[in-house]
Amino acid sequence: MKRLITLNINGQDFDLAVSPRDLLVDVIRRKVGLTGTKKGCGQGDCGACTVLVDGRPVLSCLTLAVAAQGKKIQTIEGFSEGEKLHPIQASFVEHGAVQCGFCTPGMILSAKALLDRSPDPSEEEIKRGIAGNLCRCTGYKKIVESIEAAAEKLAAREEGRMS
Amino acid sequence: MKDLEVVGKNLPRVDAAAKVKGEALYTDDLVMAHMAYGKIKRSPYAHALIKGIHYEEALALPGVLAVITGEDAPKAYGIVPQAPTEYALAVGKVRYVGEGVAAVAAVDEETAEEALEKIEVEYEVLPAVFDPVEALERPDVVIHTKAKNNVMYEGKQEFGDVDKAMAESDLVLERSFKTSYVNHAFLEPHSALAHFDANGFLTVHSSTQIPHYLQRTLALVLDLPMNMIRVIVPAVGGGFGGKGEVASSELCAALLARKTGRPLKVTYERSEVFAQHKGRHPCVMKMKIGVSKEGIIQAVDFDNVLDGGAYGGWGIIVLFYTAAMIHLPYKVPNARFHGRRVYTNKPTTGAMRGLGGVQPRFAMESLLEDIAKELGMSPYVLRLKNAVESGYTTLSNVHVPQAEFKKCLQTVAERSGYLEKQGKLPLGRGVGLAGGYYISGTAYTLYMSYKPHSSALIRVDTEAGIVLLTGATDIGQGSNTVLAMMAAEELGVLAEEVHIVSGDTQLTPFDLGSFASRVTYGAGQAVRMAAQLINRQLYEVAAVELGVRADQLMSGGGKIYSRYEPGRTMDFMSAVAKYIDARGPLSATGHYSPPRKGMKGVQGANIGQSPTFGFSAQVTEVEVDLETGQVKVLKVTEAGDCGQPINPMSVEGQVEGSIVMGMGQALFEEIKVGSDGRLLNPSLHDYKIPTAVDIPEIDSTIVASYDPTAPFGAKESGEGPIQPVIPAIANAICDAIGVRFLELPITPEKILKALKDKNGELTT
Ligand code: FES
Ligand code: FES
Repeated sequence: MKRLITLNINGQDFDLAVSPRDLLVDVIRRKVGLTGTKKGCGQGDCGACTVLVDGRPVLSCLTLAVAAQGKKIQTIEGFSEGEKLHPIQASFVEHGAVQCGFCTPGMILSAKALLDRSPDPSEEEIKRGIAGNLCRCTGYKKIVESIEAAAEKLAAREEGRMS
Repeated sequence: MKDLEVVGKNLPRVDAAAKVKGEALYTDDLVMAHMAYGKIKRSPYAHALIKGIHYEEALALPGVLAVITGEDAPKAYGIVPQAPTEYALAVGKVRYVGEGVAAVAAVDEETAEEALEKIEVEYEVLPAVFDPVEALERPDVVIHTKAKNNVMYEGKQEFGDVDKAMAESDLVLERSFKTSYVNHAFLEPHSALAHFDANGFLTVHSSTQIPHYLQRTLALVLDLPMNMIRVIVPAVGGGFGGKGEVASSELCAALLARKTGRPLKVTYERSEVFAQHKGRHPCVMKMKIGVSKEGIIQAVDFDNVLDGGAYGGWGIIVLFYTAAMIHLPYKVPNARFHGRRVYTNKPTTGAMRGLGGVQPRFAMESLLEDIAKELGMSPYVLRLKNAVESGYTTLSNVHVPQAEFKKCLQTVAERSGYLEKQGKLPLGRGVGLAGGYYISGTAYTLYMSYKPHSSALIRVDTEAGIVLLTGATDIGQGSNTVLAMMAAEELGVLAEEVHIVSGDTQLTPFDLGSFASRVTYGAGQAVRMAAQLINRQLYEVAAVELGVRADQLMSGGGKIYSRYEPGRTMDFMSAVAKYIDARGPLSATGHYSPPRKGMKGVQGANIGQSPTFGFSAQVTEVEVDLETGQVKVLKVTEAGDCGQPINPMSVEGQVEGSIVMGMGQALFEEIKVGSDGRLLNPSLHDYKIPTAVDIPEIDSTIVASYDPTAPFGAKESGEGPIQPVIPAIANAICDAIGVRFLELPITPEKILKALKDKNGELTT
């Protein structure tokens, strides 16, 4: 039996008919139509389906859609700042951290969660922060560099705000 | 020649912004009105006759639209068309666990899955074999009737007099090596969306590297003229060779679309990606190398048994690539090859990054290291003495127009401190060196044809601007970016002014596809030629405007100007407007055909021919934990000769990705197969690939190089850098603990066992 639920995604409410076993990734991709969230394994192994739920990175392929009610869900589509790329996104572009791009949305959301937790992470912390996100193309080096550079940019922006 | 304005710059990829925003559309992201979903029923047996398939109950399920079986498309196909062995769905029998036997179309995926459960297949189970060497001696297992002793193809090549050269060598070393069963593990599972329009015209969107071969195969299997089929390649989430063959998802999507009359999508689960497989051939190799006491290679004798799995795939090609790979990057004056590609009851192997090179490279670079030690010579010096140079021609008649391999070796030795470290680090720590090379495209198409391998069309007008149409397929390697950059360089405009349209068999001119590291070189030539033709046409009009001779004009900075009087100049776009006013629409097509080289009278000698070659050398430093057997790759120092890099940042990305992928294969990646032929780890949980915490420090250098035969001097960079990775790690482990590993992957268990054996040896 389907149930009517409301999911708040990127600040917008979506009324959806879902079955209790529908997974968040499928609902986001199929029912809401936000296909920026990727599905690389459907088993919690690759991180491509990472979204932020109340600011925390969550594997949407292991999360039931019904369990995400009443929470704030953020997908990659809700990440840019209007026309402009978020500094993490911009950093990925500039540093060549994107090849096929299939891991990219999940990777960026994991990076965002990491930098929210730890604005000035060490290289090791960055690597651990994205250890659940597989990338087969880049060898991770440029991804780690992008996150380092983004952290600096974000810190500078913070400072700019404070002064 | 003018200075480069675009080529050689670290420009962001043309599709990077869309990808970081989640806007890039991959095949599974596409939705069409009235779209239905397909799912494939797979065999639980490794080898069995199909006695009957009963699907009435499945068909009766509400929401189920159609069921097909192998009988619906009984035409065999293969990427090598002379030897077709594969079907959209099994016909008559299954040859591996996970082979598709039927497919269902339904209104949603859940219903399709439910329907699969209701399909009953009667099997008569046959004996099966999973090891290629065993398969050679199992007359009771006949996987394909045409393949005697399960040998799909046997190849022999001999150049010079190997026996004599071995007899005259001062040192001959022979060892046996084994490589493992590994998967590409690209992140995007295969997906295909097919639909027929009202006129019976088929459009297939697919995550493929080879739209052209897919179009051909669809025509064959669906019995349609090619001109009624269009293949479109949306963004592709990685291929590495795994999407370089037609997948049954693509054929089933088209067959089910025809049967249901609805747009139909088939997207694989991760386990199905492992069943489709087409990963690297496990090889059982025996290699013998003879050298003089000065360390000069006298002969190489190479015997290789390749595990092909159940079907043909790229098999013949891979077989002869392994043969070709012993002729470079070192000078080999006598060589012999004997290889067999053997069927086993496992998912089929095929093309994977650096195909046919990685396995023999592991053998050869390991052997050379041991030979150097026996001669009391530095492995570095030994390699340098034998390294090829520009202008070298192999015994197999492969010509190397340009090579900076020595520079690669020198660079990595210097940057890593190899000479100071090798043999001198404390127990548990070691450095290893290895070299490698790869082709930049092939000399022949997979079927008999004289047509150009690549073509490109540029049209310019004052409305759409500069539009580059190319059949080349961007699978995440970044070809759209480098091709646009090459067009921009030639036209003297900014890269972002070139709009690229690619990967569409209807809109773009012909290209063979993305494999064999052929795109930058081959499609690059086509793009450059098209741009040159545009310039030539524009110069005629501009010459009149500027009052100079056309052959004195050049393009740069968005302008056309006289090379002698740079003051005589006009805007590129105003020249375009003048041209169109005076002469009509402006467009030009460029194309590229590689030299058709080979060697008469030698079986398979066409394979391995390439217009040019990329080279790479690596020094790897490892730490082996003597307690746990764990290997930590600390640092990889790499130097590559890719000619003039079009986009150095992209080249680095290819190098870094190759190193990390190769490291996984060296140390832990392996698909395990149970005694019944079931894959034991067909998930990214159990089939481990490197994560960010596993990666070494990487120091890569692009050595100065320019290939005059190449577009802007550029050669491949996506497959060469993976060649040295595995032997460099194996050599480093050997340096660290004094054990030569002959089998991949080099797991902690193997290391602990070897350490134990060695200590036993020492104490007894
Ligand atoms: S799709 Fe969710 S972790 Fe892979
Ligand atoms: S860019 Fe392809 S998987 Fe990360």
